[in-house]
Amino acid sequence: MGQTIVEKILARASGKKRVSPGDLINAKIDFALGNDITAPVAINEFKKTGAEKVFDKERIALIPDHFTPNKDIQTAEQVKLMRDFARQQGIIHYYEIGRMGIEHALLPELGLVLPGEVVIGADSHTCTYGALGAFATGVGSTDLAAVMATGELWFKVPHTIRIAFHGNLPPWVGGKDLILYTIGQLGVDGARYAALEFSGSAISRLDMDARFTISNMAIEAGAKAGLIPPDEVTRKYLTGRTARPYTAVLGDEGAPVAEEYNWDVESLEPQVSLPYSPANARPVSSVAGTEIDQVVIGSCTNGRIGDLRQAAALLKGKKVHPRVRLIVIPATQAIYLQAMREGLLEIFVEAGAAVSTPTCGPCLGGHMGILAGGEVAVATTNRNFVGRMGHPESRIYLAGPAVAAASAVSGVIAHPREIGGGDAR
Amino acid sequence: MNILKGKVWTFGDDVDTDAIIPARYLNTFDPGELALHCMEDADPTFAAKVSPGDIIVAGKNFGCGSSREHAPLAIKAAGVSCVIAESFARIFYRNAINIGLPILESAQAAASLQEGRQVEINLEEGKISDLSSGSTFTAVPFPPFMQGIMAKGGLINYIREKKNKK
Ligand code: SF4
Repeated sequence: MGQTIVEKILARASGKKRVSPGDLINAKIDFALGNDITAPVAINEFKKTGAEKVFDKERIALIPDHFTPNKDIQTAEQVKLMRDFARQQGIIHYYEIGRMGIEHALLPELGLVLPGEVVIGADSHTCTYGALGAFATGVGSTDLAAVMATGELWFKVPHTIRIAFHGNLPPWVGGKDLILYTIGQLGVDGARYAALEFSGSAISRLDMDARFTISNMAIEAGAKAGLIPPDEVTRKYLTGRTARPYTAVLGDEGAPVAEEYNWDVESLEPQVSLPYSPANARPVSSVAGTEIDQVVIGSCTNGRIGDLRQAAALLKGKKVHPRVRLIVIPATQAIYLQAMREGLLEIFVEAGAAVSTPTCGPCLGGHMGILAGGEVAVATTNRNFVGRMGHPESRIYLAGPAVAAASAVSGVIAHPREIGGGDAR
Repeated sequence: MNILKGKVWTFGDDVDTDAIIPARYLNTFDPGELALHCMEDADPTFAAKVSPGDIIVAGKNFGCGSSREHAPLAIKAAGVSCVIAESFARIFYRNAINIGLPILESAQAAASLQEGRQVEINLEEGKISDLSSGSTFTAVPFPPFMQGIMAKGGLINYIREKKNKK
């Protein structure tokens, strides 16, 4: 019987010929990640294991990105704890502001996570690297501590749900719309414990930026991982940036899966997820005209160069609506520089946007754009739960960069075609 | 001592980690501080009214969202002795086992137990008894491997013992 990508990767990592959904295994970890919220807890727990040295100082990344540049004394102390630990252990992949980026944009950019690998991160959006064909999943701080100490972790082998998108994407429809639509169809727990596997002609044609957006939000359907089979696009992306040799893994043709969906994208509209659930996905036209106070373009979901290009194509020569605050946050230092070279930052600033150094910031209601009670935001981030961006009575509409930019100009939620401009996809 | 006893506090489906412990409090991992804000965005009065031993009963997908271990830590530090839900989100489930917060999956118990009821739980048998009505429910048992981790008081102890044996 054939095996899926996930099964093959986990079999390799646990030294077995094959594994089946439901099996409990102990897998060797190729790469592990922690941030300024989760790593301090993990470091504390690591010390309790009795281990003196981390399993491999080249296979751990500690990235302070959530509350950095440090927003208060407590944050500064947490980051100091990470920094001291990284220095003392000789951990190579520790990046401070000025050199850092939002973890899930930074790790692929640096070639630290690769096809066929098992990657864990003490952050739920670690599933982002599934876009490279890795088994990447979010865990807790204690799990990260265990991995830092032993290089291994237990897993239950997930079943696979295959999602195929067919056809040509209409203008203004991209990776974010596909994943919001998927979550809308499956529900926030529709893929609980499962690995999502995305395929089909519409996926094959997407660049890596759009693919990362899709895998990033697999967790929002409850999934453990969200994989895209590696192909030529993946290989090209990795050329020149891989830090280690890798072996791409593909699933067997006809490998049995738990569920399979086939969706046509040709008539798909840009999607918006209404408060307070990413699963409340609707076509943008159904909420067009909703008044907004703030727009955030950034995050590990949509803070990449492709996203900024799309937003800039719409904002060029236009002004942000007087009632709206637009915050643009390139996800990494390299993206920031690229956007600067391409003149995108100038377009944003001229339009009246605030452009920030890379940070998670407002995405989790940390800092840099907190919402007041009753305020409404359109955000290219991934969660619109109660209180996610600030006051529990604020409301977040999730969307892709095109809808976000169009809405910033219009002052209300708007379809990108309404403000003109070209589709930069 | 595997018998837990306490009063029930009920919550709905898809209680997310931002509701359990909002990110605005994540600049600390001190359990005592986290406990003060436990469940704040789901029920702002929860932290003030919960008593040691009390039990959270929720619907499906409890603990969805972020991987923050601060969520089960806040619940544990608030004195909650066990969370019963129809189902748990994957990372919350792992985290609870890893830090030694007892959790039980039972759709029946989740649907039947009402707020304010006195409940007794036998963790070893996965038996949940509603002392107010006399009805009992059985939870899905954990695989032996996870029971092993819990018996050692969490993943860190489990690893430390394994290391010492080598
Ligand atoms: S950008 Fe948002 S979702 Fe992504 S890692 Fe940061 S806080 Fe989490």
